[in-house]
Amino acid sequence: MTAPKSPRVVVIGAGPAGLRAVEVLARAGLRPVLVDEASRPGGQIYRQPPAGAERPPEALYGLEAGKARALHALPAELGAAIDYRPGTLAWAIEDTGIDLLGPKGFERLDFDRLILATGAMDRVLPFPGWTLPGVFTLGAAQIALKAQGMAIGARVALVGAGPLLPLIVHQYRKAGATVVAALDVTPFGAKVAALPGLLNEPVTLAKGLWYTARNAMAGLSIRSGVAAVAVQGRDRVEALVWRDAKGREHRVACDAVGASFGLRSEAQLADLAKLDFVFEPVTRQWIPRRDPAGRSSRADVYLAGDGAGIGGADAAELQGARAALALLEDIGRPVEAARVAALDARLARQARFRAALERAYPFPAHLVDAIADDEILCRCEGITAGTVRAAARDREAGEMNRLKALTRLGMGRCQGRVCGQAAAEVLARALDRDVATVGRLRGNPPVKPIPIREALT
Amino acid sequence: MTAAPTQSAAAPAPLFRRLHPRAGETVAFTIDGRPAAAKVGDLLLSAILLNGGALRRFEFGDGHRAGFCLMGACQDCWVDLADGRRLRACTTPVEPGMAVVIDGVRP
Ligand code: FES
Repeated sequence: MTAPKSPRVVVIGAGPAGLRAVEVLARAGLRPVLVDEASRPGGQIYRQPPAGAERPPEALYGLEAGKARALHALPAELGAAIDYRPGTLAWAIEDTGIDLLGPKGFERLDFDRLILATGAMDRVLPFPGWTLPGVFTLGAAQIALKAQGMAIGARVALVGAGPLLPLIVHQYRKAGATVVAALDVTPFGAKVAALPGLLNEPVTLAKGLWYTARNAMAGLSIRSGVAAVAVQGRDRVEALVWRDAKGREHRVACDAVGASFGLRSEAQLADLAKLDFVFEPVTRQWIPRRDPAGRSSRADVYLAGDGAGIGGADAAELQGARAALALLEDIGRPVEAARVAALDARLARQARFRAALERAYPFPAHLVDAIADDEILCRCEGITAGTVRAAARDREAGEMNRLKALTRLGMGRCQGRVCGQAAAEVLARALDRDVATVGRLRGNPPVKPIPIREALT
Repeated sequence: MTAAPTQSAAAPAPLFRRLHPRAGETVAFTIDGRPAAAKVGDLLLSAILLNGGALRRFEFGDGHRAGFCLMGACQDCWVDLADGRRLRACTTPVEPGMAVVIDGVRP
């Protein structure tokens, strides 16, 4: 008798989750396909500079350099044990087929089992002036530094609602950039209240406190409880105006702003794979449903990392390995029970830490309440909050996809990645309903624009 | 927002700042016909923003755009070249001879 044919396993995303998943699968002898849009492994968190811009990991990733180095080395270490496809966009999924566009053009790749490790992007909330040239996300500010050795401006203001803020302030300052303001729109009290839970991951907590302390020693304390922010300028950023917790207004001259408010899962491929989604009330977003091992609502699809709920890079590595073990179990391969139990225990601790972190940086609802009618929600096509409210009021846009059909919001080039969450919040308020009841924008292929030229060659 | 001010012939002030000088070769390209310089390893987005304040005009209203996410997600950074190519500047390396069109005549 011949041995049963190995199932074709595909992993999408070469960040911490996808890399740890292919490692487990490859060591079990499965030769997984690893599809990644970037040309080098690491994902956004451990993003590598392009050729010619390399710098030592210690300079790029600081305290996390060891983790970055290990992950970056994995594809080369695994060699022929994996089928690594960098520079390849997975732009659609239909049943068990994935549409790819890579260096060699278009290809349809069929899978028996799929692990989605699609990661996250910044959670964006509009504020006056947010579409001016020179306003970026915090993630963008960090990528400019990591991947290019550059600051987004000569005088940079940074605004956030999550642990990324103290880290980026520290990284910018250390690299010699001029940071003129560091503003946290969540209250300081929330961080104090969250401390006991944060002790679930004492090392991570200590790093966060260390960044904060270093920033303070450099004379740059992060202002918490910021009530409102607005960017002023004609055709580019000239100043950031902000209101503190006591209602006092401040103005600081700057030429660039990095601002975003936590993270949101990149889940459009999960949607095209027709996975069930659930509303996650703390981060107020819809995420693909997964069990603690990473199994989705579909027997042949697994989820790992920030693409199905935000857990951070350390949790993503664990989830990647765990989802791969679940997959191996499901196809009848031997899996060590002790290894599964150890991973599950670490994941449970990570989950407690994450829950505390979300308490430390609660959703900044006051920023949504302040969005004026003339504010642009959809930066792709310039659709305003007023248009959304009018659609809710006069044209009975009762949920997000009806709103999309009526206003074009979410139909632009980003497919609602940037505006989706803020629009849901604005729509829910206009309807005086809970945000969970207005649903979410459905994904459409291609999930990212495909250059026409590619389609013709 | 009010209309964008008319561009003078002088180079606009750069947005990005290089913090780590790079040894590699210089890459010569142009922005609206004006000569500009970048380094090997620079993305098209950074190359343009080291030499100016924006990547493109906003096609649905006044003003310009300069990218937003730098991770290939928001699609705010698509740039026109004089040879007819449209490129996502935050995921494309700058190449010698690229002729970026921002306010000049569209290809
Ligand atoms: S800046 Fe967002 S896709 Fe390039």
